[in-house]
Amino acid sequence: MTAMTKTATDKRKTAAVPDYHEQVVELGRETVGQVRCAEPFMVAEKVNVHYGDNHAIRDVTLEIGKKEVVALIGPSGCGKSTFLRCLNRMNDSIESARVSGNITLDGTDIYSKEQDPVALRARVGMVFQKPNPFPKSIYDNVAYGPRIHGLAGDRAELDTIVHSSLERAGLLKEVKDRLDEPGTSLSGGQQQRLCIARTIAVNPEVILMDEPCSALDPIATARIEDLMDELCEDYAIVIVTHSMQQAARVSRRVAYFHLGYLVEVDDTDKVFTNPQHKLTEDYITGRIG
Amino acid sequence: MGAKRTRERTTLQKVEAGLKRRRRKELIFKLSGEIATGVGILFLVLFFAILLNKGSSAFQQTYLQLDIEFSAEVIAPGGQLDLQYADFDGIVRAALQKELPEISGRSERRELYRLASVGAAYQVHDVIAENPGLLGTTQSIWVPASADVDMLVKGNIDAAVDEALRTLSDQQIDWINRLDEAGRLDLKFNSALFSNGDSREPELAGIKGAMMGSFFMLAVTIALSFPIGVAAAIYLEEFAPRNSWSDLVEVNINNLAAVPSIVFGLLGLAVFINWMALPRSAPLVGGLVLTLLTLPVIIIASRAAIKAVPPSIRQAALGLGASKTQVVFHHVLPLAMPGMLTGAIIGMSRALGESAPLLMIGMIAFVVDVPGSFTDPSTALPVQIYLWADSPERAFAERTSAAIIVLLAFLLLMNLAAVIIRRRMERKW
Ligand SMILES: Nc1ncnc2c1ncn2[C@@H]1O[C@H](COP(=O)(O)OP(=O)(O)OP(=O)(O)O)[C@@H](O)[C@H]1O
Ligand SMILES: [Mg+2]
Repeated sequence: MTAMTKTATDKRKTAAVPDYHEQVVELGRETVGQVRCAEPFMVAEKVNVHYGDNHAIRDVTLEIGKKEVVALIGPSGCGKSTFLRCLNRMNDSIESARVSGNITLDGTDIYSKEQDPVALRARVGMVFQKPNPFPKSIYDNVAYGPRIHGLAGDRAELDTIVHSSLERAGLLKEVKDRLDEPGTSLSGGQQQRLCIARTIAVNPEVILMDEPCSALDPIATARIEDLMDELCEDYAIVIVTHSMQQAARVSRRVAYFHLGYLVEVDDTDKVFTNPQHKLTEDYITGRIG
Repeated sequence: MGAKRTRERTTLQKVEAGLKRRRRKELIFKLSGEIATGVGILFLVLFFAILLNKGSSAFQQTYLQLDIEFSAEVIAPGGQLDLQYADFDGIVRAALQKELPEISGRSERRELYRLASVGAAYQVHDVIAENPGLLGTTQSIWVPASADVDMLVKGNIDAAVDEALRTLSDQQIDWINRLDEAGRLDLKFNSALFSNGDSREPELAGIKGAMMGSFFMLAVTIALSFPIGVAAAIYLEEFAPRNSWSDLVEVNINNLAAVPSIVFGLLGLAVFINWMALPRSAPLVGGLVLTLLTLPVIIIASRAAIKAVPPSIRQAALGLGASKTQVVFHHVLPLAMPGMLTGAIIGMSRALGESAPLLMIGMIAFVVDVPGSFTDPSTALPVQIYLWADSPERAFAERTSAAIIVLLAFLLLMNLAAVIIRRRMERKW
């Protein structure tokens, strides 16, 4: 009896990950649920990413609709951030990363030779895990994107863009009188909203968010979740999160990643109430951490 | 039983048992650190004390008050001022003679004349040139005394030593004492030190020529090495592909920073003077050699500064759609600038203190004229120090120390500037 328990723990300690890996292969590589959606805007087809020898994303196919929030969940190291970075070609700046497969934005291949990553990132904005305002004034932080893309004709137009972006990010009231102060002087939650304002100032079509609330307290998190609700009226949003509650609150669809595989995608309530895949169920019930 | 008791000791007891040893170790470490720092400071203080003690007297120079007669016969023989051929030496001698009228005899008079510097005649010339209205009058003027008088006044010549072993005779010492009693001798600020070039006469020798030479050289060096160094650092850090080729470049740059400076001098001699036929002893060539010398330092410092820019800032800019060049010029460069400037100033301080490579390109020449351009022959401060240190005259010894003090003051100023720039520009993120 004791001997048996011992082998079981040993196994869990040393072979937990390969175990699940086998399980994925065993249970089938086909993603269960609905990878397609009604109004596809951004489409990833059979995307693979390698970091050197590390096969980080395996044959992922996923459609993201117009004006919908898709949450990417899954255990640490399963490739959520990697997949997110594929969508605006931020992987280009990682030397070892190799992306294959096909990703289109509104019908155009974003990995084609003609596609300039600079132009793509003006259409697909990104908010990072740690708030990373530039060491410049609040105003200049928000104005930076419009400036480099030449979105404003004159100073007045730029002012309008800055104000409306801060307004939409729910930050204007707090910083109205201190636009000249450095962005880094704000609190963590304010900084993250500043980063969101900075992103929407460019007026992108898709916003990617990689764990945008993981450095924030519950109140700041709630504000940003509210903000996402508003933003999804205009933008498609892809958000990576470790919080099941957050995924449930903000997203319309949820994608569960595991060891580079996209295991299951479906409407949020369906995934959380009735997961189809055993791994998904294990994860959302807390059996995979 | 005893063994059991040890095993039963609580964690707190175990920690407390080890605590004493830990505290002792900490104390020893702290003490040895303090001793090391103390020794360092002691030597520094000693160094400065000796230097100031030896060199501070050079900032003063003995002057001799003479009643100079601007006689129209001598200076304006035909009724017209003739400054070029007038015998100003004679005027100074006559004035000296007037101070001690009882002296007669050729050799005695010659000894007397040696009390005034050859620079006295130049000064008399300058006075009348500036103010021709003094013609025909007699003016009381302070002219530089000779270096020997200066040394005696400063106490560097011992009158008790045997007469044959000192540069002043008993007679001369007697005259000097009489002049002193009459209030004709005085220590004044040695302006010649800062307004003259080099000279064979210590009392006329100054560091202005060397300072200007150093200035021109550093101007060339900073103008070339900072932009080239920063551009190279940006390319290597941001744009160059990582492969064996860039590794080779990196190893070589690090190696160059450690190459003895005289090697750069040989390189400069071969390339700039022998091959490109640039003039010898010119600050331009010196600047080029020092550029080669400081480039690796600036490149290494600039790369470190670029590396220290947080990646999150780059990502933020890239994520907004900034191009690589925009990321570099809008974000990386401004954030790395304080570090780059600090590196540049440290490189410049090294260049300012460098003498070995300059010897190879002929900047060790004896240059009297203060250089006025990048191609005029000149020396540099450290080379001037070397030249003076080599001179046998006692008066050059104190000038050597004075020049070292000036060099150190410049270095201190530059390092202070580095600190201020870093404080000013450093931004928090
Ligand atoms: N820059 C990189 N270079 C090399 N390998 C990387 C890099 N970034 C990620 N990886 C690897 O790719 C795999 C997926 O990483 P990724 O960061 O996408 O995981 P994640 O799901 O975002 O995890 P987390 O929830 O912890 O953020 C991991 O095995 C990781 O080691
Ligand atoms: Mg991640």
